[in-house]
Amino acid sequence: MEDLLHYHYDVDGGNFASAGEASVQVKRVLRQMGFPPDLIRRVSIAMYEGEINMVIHAKGGDADVYLSPEQIRVVLKDVGPGIKDVALAMQEGYSTAPDNIRSLGFGAGMGLPNMKRYSDEMTVESTVGVGTTITLVFNAF
Amino acid sequence: MTVADLVQQSGWSPILLADDTREITGGYAGDLLSWVMGRGQYGDCWFTIMSNLNVIAVAQLLDVACVVFTEGVVPDAAVVNAARLHDINLIRTDEPTYAACVRLGGWMQ
Repeated sequence: MEDLLHYHYDVDGGNFASAGEASVQVKRVLRQMGFPPDLIRRVSIAMYEGEINMVIHAKGGDADVYLSPEQIRVVLKDVGPGIKDVALAMQEGYSTAPDNIRSLGFGAGMGLPNMKRYSDEMTVESTVGVGTTITLVFNAF
Repeated sequence: MTVADLVQQSGWSPILLADDTREITGGYAGDLLSWVMGRGQYGDCWFTIMSNLNVIAVAQLLDVACVVFTEGVVPDAAVVNAARLHDINLIRTDEPTYAACVRLGGWMQ
């Protein structure tokens, strides 16, 4: 499927307070383009979880959003420590986030499950010591 | 009920009413932000004791009708400024979360 538009965002790993800026910008773009509100909500929440994960675990990364009328694809790529056991990480409640992150209200072990819940397709490619790439696909109708 | 109705009926203190005509269609209580993102709904009145900046991002992404800080929690100026930037309604109360939820539930019926 041909992507008509591509947006790239650098996710700043050093600033937890600003996490979500890319998701908020994507939400604005999708709204301007007239995508349905429920789809916009699903995309922006799933992407926000990805941003948070990159900030917590990988000191930031890249977020790329590809748009076509039929599909929205979000690719989140980091060069962090990688996920040792993806199946375990996909379980609700499993988290390796440190205590200081939990005190901010994150690290509940819902990040990856929420990304799966809100997307139509999700693939996780991760190699320990190399990094993680998560691709989320959302069907526009 | 609208956010304006909620403020009037509850006596809770508005911190920022960016759009008090927003309709409240449900309620959710929670402090674990990812949990809230997984379960909260558009139009919810969200009760929380969490008051960092990420609360505003979550409120905006979920498009909740308002955030109610319970148990006497007061957000700092940076949080209020972020809410102003993103048109998020903020309210606070000294009431415990459970009591606040029960009251909202009564009014919503």
